[in-house]
Formats: sequence, structure tokens, C-alpha cells
Amino acid sequence: MFGYGGKYLRVNLTEKKIEKHDLEKKLAAEWIGGRGFIAKLLYDEIPAGADPLGPANKLILAAGPLSGTFWPSAAKMVFGTKSPLTGGYGDSNMGGRLMAELKYAGYDMIIIEGASPEHLLLIIDDDRVELRNADRYWGKGALETERLIKNDLGDEYEIATIGPAGENLVLYANINHEFGRQAGRCGMGAVLGAKGLKAIAVHGTGGIPLYDPDELIKITKNALHHITNHPYFERFRQYGTTDITDWCQEKGVFPTKNFTTGDFEKQAGLAPELMRESILVKDKACFGCPLNCANYTHSKKYGTYLDGPEYETIGMLGSNCLVDNIEEVQYLNYLCDDFGMDSITAGGTIAFAMECVEKNILKPEQLEGLDLKFGNVEAMREVLKKIAHQEGIGKLMARGSRFMAETLGHNSRDFAIQVKGLEFSAYECRGAPAMLLSFMTSDIGAHHARSWAIVQDMDMGRDNINGRAELVKELQTLRPLMEIFGVCRFPWLEVKLDFNHYIEAFNAVTGFGYSRDELYRISEKVWNLTRAFWIREKDHFGRNDDLPPGRMYEPLPSGPAKGLHMTEEKITQMLDQYYEIRGWDKNGIPTEKKFKELGLAAVYEDLKERGKIG
Amino acid sequence: MKALVLHNDRCTGCSLCQVICALTHFKENNPKKAAIHISRQFPEPGTFEIHVCNQCGVCKEVCPSDAISNNDGIYIIDPKKCTLCQICVNECPQNAMFIHKEVPYPIKCDLCGECVQVCAAGAIEWRE
Repeated sequence: MFGYGGKYLRVNLTEKKIEKHDLEKKLAAEWIGGRGFIAKLLYDEIPAGADPLGPANKLILAAGPLSGTFWPSAAKMVFGTKSPLTGGYGDSNMGGRLMAELKYAGYDMIIIEGASPEHLLLIIDDDRVELRNADRYWGKGALETERLIKNDLGDEYEIATIGPAGENLVLYANINHEFGRQAGRCGMGAVLGAKGLKAIAVHGTGGIPLYDPDELIKITKNALHHITNHPYFERFRQYGTTDITDWCQEKGVFPTKNFTTGDFEKQAGLAPELMRESILVKDKACFGCPLNCANYTHSKKYGTYLDGPEYETIGMLGSNCLVDNIEEVQYLNYLCDDFGMDSITAGGTIAFAMECVEKNILKPEQLEGLDLKFGNVEAMREVLKKIAHQEGIGKLMARGSRFMAETLGHNSRDFAIQVKGLEFSAYECRGAPAMLLSFMTSDIGAHHARSWAIVQDMDMGRDNINGRAELVKELQTLRPLMEIFGVCRFPWLEVKLDFNHYIEAFNAVTGFGYSRDELYRISEKVWNLTRAFWIREKDHFGRNDDLPPGRMYEPLPSGPAKGLHMTEEKITQMLDQYYEIRGWDKNGIPTEKKFKELGLAAVYEDLKERGKIG
Repeated sequence: MKALVLHNDRCTGCSLCQVICALTHFKENNPKKAAIHISRQFPEPGTFEIHVCNQCGVCKEVCPSDAISNNDGIYIIDPKKCTLCQICVNECPQNAMFIHKEVPYPIKCDLCGECVQVCAAGAIEWRE
């Protein structure tokens, strides 16, 4: 099959059994890859009601047909599971080199199932696939583990590994790769930890068959010409995602003090220029990427090397916790990476705890002497350690802000800044309705990757909601296609590479000959299936699960967006409009007609039989 | 006479050069068959090093099978004569001759220049 490794692995850790299967043509034609495979297989294979940290849950790694091919930034792999943090559909994508390597070894996907009491390492070397004891890595940091495995197996191996947070079942533990790329969100690392799988090491030497190599070479050279001649190319190469930091401050959307405001008066200490001057050592790229957005940094103070911090981490561990020093953020980011936990949820959870301390909802005795006030970097370092090892207050904080709010009460749910249990990425949204609607309706919880609409919000008028539902649906259809193809969105987003060229490349690689309409339909099918997963897994799932935290109704107290706030009426209207154009009912449930139109009749029947709809 | 100039400090490790190299010479999307390699020193100190032939000719001198010829300053391996003894691979001062299990001769650069075209970081350039 053109564009595919052609096989997938099913690894059962309970039985220590490894099976190789041919990738079915039907699966590839109907779901394409990456996020498409994940959505389909999670729904079909995970038993309803499975404990996310039990052996019945599965974790799937899936590359797309473009992953590892000659196309700019064809570097994405998607991880999927039933999320232990949210209880619903979870996926998280990661750049780096692993997805390319896996395809060169001949595989498009790894399905990990069961659980092992013995700590294991999965090694893939072309046809040779084996499980080995991983006791010598267990307990070690993710960054350290990657180095150790490379020392043991060879530098040519690409590694994905968890850190102590994953081993200790922190619900937002992540999976680390290539010294600083992560499948960050939804607790992928906790699922691997629960399964006893410390790491995966991959080495491949084969090629990926292409339908029309000459055509692909032509399209890609044109794309590279466009990218490298775009006026924003040089700047984005230098600063990557951190370049948005100044803009966010300027627009008053830079999350500050647990999203109390969008205006951080000490933002200068986190500015991208300062970062580049003070700690940057190398511009680094994922596989096949001309944009090299990664900033590889070194802190002299702490002696740490790190890929990052990215913008989201600067916002969440920086301004949102009132930390105003980029080198301190680098070290906090390093701790998150080495412990192996999501810096977005970690930042959101710590800021929430800090506000609870300020409001005396969290009492000194619960904190065991820890002075967890906003801006106290030393306490943040301590508390990250406690979270990673589930010690003291870390036990509660290891479950994220929603669980904390439900445990602590006192209306703290209003300032637990999350949707569906997943903390917001670093965008204050009271004056950005499309971004807020994106967070509300994202199928993993409040993450920015599905639809990043905050720039359009500024142009569309910040105090009205006109056109937001249409915009969000369009972005939620186009952008997930990137994760279905296995590519990064940045050439499209940052230097305006026309999406039609992605389609040309997809067809040159696979020979599928799909039109934009056909691809949109597949993306919409995936979106509705992930919605169905939520409906199946969560009792009474619906509109209430799409609502934002109470804080969004409070007027912003300061900054350029001062006074802006959401109203219940606006939220209701946006959701009404959104559900209508999605073909969902008033409660946000896809209609029978919509399911059937998308070829999901069996899913509709399944949900009906379970008494979940209709 | 053209030559490649390498700038390790500019290299971002993306591998586009390797993918186009193998596509050009083997019609295969497989950077493991490239005549250019990038070594990576991570996490510390965080550097990349590009390895590609500089056409010094040592390989021709050491080849016991007379399989390597000088073609206007570009050293070319004749697959028919090569016995894959790998003496040239071991003797190469640049570590720029590569072995792949599916290819019955060492893979080395023939100065086609495709890598220069696709390197967005300017890490590989032509010098006349």
C-alpha cells in the first residue's frame, strides 16, 4: 500500500505476546491514518466503561501516510487512549522522529494492550520485535532514560519513554521523545505506567512506497520554495511558538494568575528575544521540517539542557503562576519533562492550587509547610516533585484541577480552568469567543490544537460572537486532517502553505485520489466518532460537558481587554449555532441522520442499544 | 569545480537532505540509504554534525578492487567491481561512506546537489 509501512503491531503485555498484522486496505481507505486510526480503534476495541488505568484500556500509536515522507514537516505521530485525566476520548500528537522511524521499520501503528507486573521495554528493529526487562530504567527521569537506552541499544534508535510521573500514575503524565518532544496531553504516560511499559525503542531501515515519487518531489520542492520565501519564515524559524508571547500580552490574552486576567505586567521577563539571547543554544527541527521551531536551550544556573520552553509552557508555568523569569521557567519545564508530565496541565493545576491557598481553601496543614503562593518558584519546584511521586499534597494535585475542585468544594470549580477535565492551553478567552468555543468543544478537552482561532477573534470583534461557530467547525475539520495525514500544521498556519498542496501531496503519496470534500467528510466522521466515544463513556454526556469554567463570566480586571467577559446568553447562542451546523441536537448529541450520513450507522445503533441516545 | 560547504552550526537535524538524497539515487523514500548523514549529540551539548564526502579520493587509493574512479574530481563507485570489503568505509577520513543492508556497495555522495536545494537552514552550500 503506497504511503504505508504496511503492517501494525499488537503487543499484549499481560501475555507478553507480540503479533504482526497486515494493515487492512479498508481501514486505510476509510480512516487514512493517525488520528483516524486512533478514533476508529479506540471506539471498536476498548470495552465500554473500561478503567483507563486498568488492563482493558489500550494505548495506540499511529503514524499517518505522510509521516516520514518527503513532505515539509511530515513528523507527526498520534497517541490515543481512554484518558485517565478526563475519562473520555484522549489523543495527543507528537513531533520528532519516532513516526518516521516506525514506518521505516515497516509499521504504521502499535496497539498496546493488557498490563504487565514486570517493567518492560519494547524494542523494534525492523522485523525483530521483542519485550525486554526494564528494571534498570524504571524510576529514572524521562530525559535520562532516553540517553541510557540509546547508550545500550545505539544512537540510531528512536525512543519514547515515560518518567517517574507515568510510573506513579500522575493522571497528566506524558510520553517523552527526542529529548524534548512530548505526547503531552490526556495522561498517555499514566496509561503506559499502569501497563508497566517504560519505553519503546524503534529502529528501521526500510523505505515507504510512494504512488508517484516524481510528482511528490515536484510538489514538495514548490512547497519548500513557498515556505522559505515567506516573509515570516526567518522570524518563525528563530522564535518558534514563543514568538506569540508578546502578541498575547499586547492583546490581553496572556493567562495570568490562574486566568484572573490576561495581562502580565512583568511579561518582559518572558519575552522571546530575552530567551534567545539568554538561554538558546540550538535551533532544532523535527523530522523533515524546514521551520525548526524548537528552541534548544541551556540554563547555566541549573545546568539543564531542554527543548523549550514552548509558548504554552511559558504561559502556564510562567505568567499563569506569576513567574517572570525565563530561566526559571526553563528549569520548571525541565522538571516537567524529566518527571514526564504535561507542563500545560501541571501549570494549570499549580495555579489553581495557588489560588486555593490565597483563598484559604487549601489549608497550611494540607501543604506541610510548603508556601505555595503565586510566584514562589522554589515551592513550584518542590510541588512538582511531590506530584511526580504522589507525596503529600502531590497526591491530590496529581489528579488535575477538576478533581481538586470537586474534592475541595467552596465553588472552586469556577476557577478550575478546564473543560471536560483537561486544563486550558495558554489563552485567556473572555475576549476571544472563537478560542473559547474551540476549548469548549475540542474533543479531548480544552486544548488549542484542534482549532486555534484567537487571531481571527481579534479581527471579528472581541465582544460579539458572530461567525464563530462556522469558523470553529471549519478549523476543527481542517486541522485534524493534519494529524490524520501525520504532518505538522505549522507550514500551513505560520507561513501560509495552501492546504490544497497537502491534498496533492497526500494523493501523490497514497494514490487515493481524494478530493477536499471527501477528506473533510472523513475528518467530520472522525469528529463525530470521538463525540460518540464520550457519549458512550460518560453518563449523561452533553451540553453541560461543553460549558466553560465560571471565571469566563467575570469581567477581565485589567489590561487591553479590560471589562470583556462572556455571558450565559452568548455561550448558549454559540453552542446552539455550533450544534446546529454540526447536525447535532440541542444537547450536543449527533442526530441519527448525521451518524448515518457519515457512515456511522453501527455506532448509532450501538449507542442506542446501550441506552445512551434516542 | 564545485564542492559542498557544510555549516554544522546551522544544521537543525531535519533530514530533508537525506530524504531527497535517497529519493534521487534509489527512487526510494528511505533516508537510511542517503549518502549524507547527521550525527546528533543530545541532550548535551545539543549539536548536529553533517557527514558527507568531500571528494578527497582516499577511497580510490585504498580500494583493492579498482572499483572507484575519479570522474572530474567526483569519486564514483562501480557496483559491478565493488566487493563490499568495506576498506574504503573504514578508511574514509570524513566517515562519509555508508552501508545499507539492501545495497551491495557503499553509498557515497556524487555531488548531485539535491541536498543543497532542499536545505532550508543553509547548512549545506555550494562553493565554486
